Amino acid sequence: MSEKPTGALSGQSGKDPDSDLLVQDPNLPPVALDPAAEAEQYKWTPTKVVIWVAIALLGGVSWSMLAFSRGETINAIWFVFAAVCTYFIAYRFYSKYIESKLTRPNDRRATPAEYNADGKDFVVTDRRVLYGHHFAAIAGAGPLVGPILAAQMGYLPGTLWIIVGVVLAGAVQDYLVLFFSMRRGGRSVGQMAREELGVVGGTAALIATLAIMIIIVAILALVVVNALGESPWGVFSVSMTIPIAIFMGIYLRFLRPGKVSEVSIIGFALLIAAIIGGGAIAETGWGAAIFTLDRTTIAWGIIIYGFIAAVLPVWLLLAPRDYLSTFMKIGTILMLALAIVLVRPEINVPAFSEFAGRSDGPVVPGSLFPFLFVTIACGAISGFHALIASGTTPKMLHKERQTRFIGYGGMLMESFVAIMALVAALSIDRGIYFAMNSSAAATGGTVEGAVAFVNSLGLANVNLTPDMLTELARNVGEQSVVSRTGGAPTLAVGLSHIMHGLIGGVSMMGFWYHFAIMFEALFILTAVDAGTRVARFMLQDTIGNVLPKFKNMSWRPGVWICTAIMVAGWGYILILGVTDPLGGINTFFPLFGIANQLLAAIALAVCLAIAAKRGAFKYLWIIALPLAFVTVITVWASILKIFSPDVKVGYWANNIANRNALAAGETSLGNANSVADMEAVVRNTAVQGTLSIIFVILTIIVITTALWATYKSWRLGGEPSHEDPAVVSSTYGPASLFATRQEKELEKQWNALPVATRRQGRGHDVEH
Amino acid sequence: MMSSINWPQARRGWRSFAWYFKGVMGEHAYQDYLEHHRREHPGTEPMSEREFWRDKTDRQDNNPQGRCC
Repeated sequence: MSEKPTGALSGQSGKDPDSDLLVQDPNLPPVALDPAAEAEQYKWTPTKVVIWVAIALLGGVSWSMLAFSRGETINAIWFVFAAVCTYFIAYRFYSKYIESKLTRPNDRRATPAEYNADGKDFVVTDRRVLYGHHFAAIAGAGPLVGPILAAQMGYLPGTLWIIVGVVLAGAVQDYLVLFFSMRRGGRSVGQMAREELGVVGGTAALIATLAIMIIIVAILALVVVNALGESPWGVFSVSMTIPIAIFMGIYLRFLRPGKVSEVSIIGFALLIAAIIGGGAIAETGWGAAIFTLDRTTIAWGIIIYGFIAAVLPVWLLLAPRDYLSTFMKIGTILMLALAIVLVRPEINVPAFSEFAGRSDGPVVPGSLFPFLFVTIACGAISGFHALIASGTTPKMLHKERQTRFIGYGGMLMESFVAIMALVAALSIDRGIYFAMNSSAAATGGTVEGAVAFVNSLGLANVNLTPDMLTELARNVGEQSVVSRTGGAPTLAVGLSHIMHGLIGGVSMMGFWYHFAIMFEALFILTAVDAGTRVARFMLQDTIGNVLPKFKNMSWRPGVWICTAIMVAGWGYILILGVTDPLGGINTFFPLFGIANQLLAAIALAVCLAIAAKRGAFKYLWIIALPLAFVTVITVWASILKIFSPDVKVGYWANNIANRNALAAGETSLGNANSVADMEAVVRNTAVQGTLSIIFVILTIIVITTALWATYKSWRLGGEPSHEDPAVVSSTYGPASLFATRQEKELEKQWNALPVATRRQGRGHDVEH
Repeated sequence: MMSSINWPQARRGWRSFAWYFKGVMGEHAYQDYLEHHRREHPGTEPMSEREFWRDKTDRQDNNPQGRCC
């Protein structure tokens, strides 16, 4: 291994070469802990040893419970302990290792929030506040959906992948992207790709990101449509979020500007009123008549809504709904965690189910390897986070060392959300789980059909009766719970199952169910709206290279045209998904996971090239390991989706089978029961198969260019980086959630200063 | 047994909760801006609270930010 960094490089062997240039203001207390105090923090004391041994033991016991439990049931609390103990250990040891070997932050360097401070976007933010902020931006409906679909394979595969995946892959990606973007003034991952990989790799990364955003928005919207179809209660309460958000927007713009938490609390109260009111309205004749909509109508509603929301001014709808969604996100996740710890539901799902070793699972088809790893994307590793970690967050960091807490730690929290979603889905009866998550093509959409189908699956300890389904539907205030695919309704049933034991009893199950549907819809609609805007922006920027007028973001025709193109893109896929004769979620969801993981592969590939330029060859495995894993998994999954001869798995195999059947004059094939259905299958599989091919080709281009860039850097022993020039810091803050004794002492010195001199964010008037 | 509530401590706890909550919701933005303005552009008039929030959302119109799934 060659390890010979030149003087221009920062990062490898010994101290940061910029350190000598970074001479801090002698009138200020130190802006970084000195190395001695830094080392002292990590000295092992007997108390620390005892605590960490206890954490390790508890984690070990919990994992053994999960892995070797052969009883009828297992308590949910073991999932929580196994996850939390592993997170603590990974954060304390692995992320610390990455920090000392690979990222090597330097608190003597100012962050963009300090040297670019503008009081608006670049603002030094308290690390704990920024953690909440960053978490609210990365977490959404994704971690609530994937784990639920993957529960068909049993509890252990999903649990293992969520926890091990986040530690070695997802959190590493988030941390590195955040760190490298911070060193580049908060540049986006797309810009970094262009800089590091050149024109070909950069362009491929841009097109891949655009295509991936379209598919992600489409499938998230499909989840909402599936949750609201034939559900007057859900349609009413979710539609009410629009007037509520508009009211909040007007309140903030004209009545009381800046009173964000006040208006969020008002909005939240109105939301609760809308949920309660929705239950009453859905029971009236006129309410049921107006708000019972079929799924195609709802899909068109979301498409029209998506377009209007994305061209309306931000203050009217997006910003207030974003506040509401942040409020709900943090509130409901705390609630879910508390409820699981208090209720500790018993789980009677086997560690590995009947479908773990087969490829014909009714929820999502495909074998465990590789499809488990694309079904659960968010929660284990999510490429989409690279867009957030290289967006607002790096512009708000106070100190370089805090990137570990925000980036790595933030992702651990999302993983925990995924574990809780998994627990909620596992806590419901398995028969009900399969009745809800098998497509209507399999169950016929009727209670009798679902009972017959689920009982024919031959699942151990499952004996579904029609009463179980009708009683559950009645309790949660729905006409039917059969074939409510997409994960959201299952989570809602799981949540109402857990919560009703705590508050309100059976009579409250309907409320809790619709509360869960409401918050998932809220997260998804925010993601749809923001995703459309970001994609439109990227498209305008790209077209602007040819037609400069499009670069002007306030030129309305450009905005409308590009928004329409983006909405048409995801809207088309949404309609295909809603009308898919084979079910929709089960055929389209793998594309969501593949797309998200391929974006992760692209982000990791960019990180690999950057780390190689820094000359950190000895520790490149930290990035190469997750990169290789997600690349193999997603390329493998894509290839199966493209080439598998199994019609349940391969898009083209199914396409050809239906085409041949049509040519032979047949009128049904598998779950497609008419010529029109078969034609729809031919069309949908062609779209899905084409998208799979595009994704995999773009990703291979990006990864190849990244490997080439890495190889070149290795030949040269490192290359000059595209980092912003180092500027000395003149502020201080502790690195992690809790300040150590040494950090507290230093903080005390800073707090003793007069307020005016304490936070000397260097502004735009300072030359650098 | 009702133990007596330590009011000053409860108030401090509530205040830090409120501070954290507002921070995560982004409510401190105007205060941060004022501080920045005072330090970097002394003698000039800062935007009023209303102007600041309008400017903030209007800038987002031309500079959209992602929200994750």
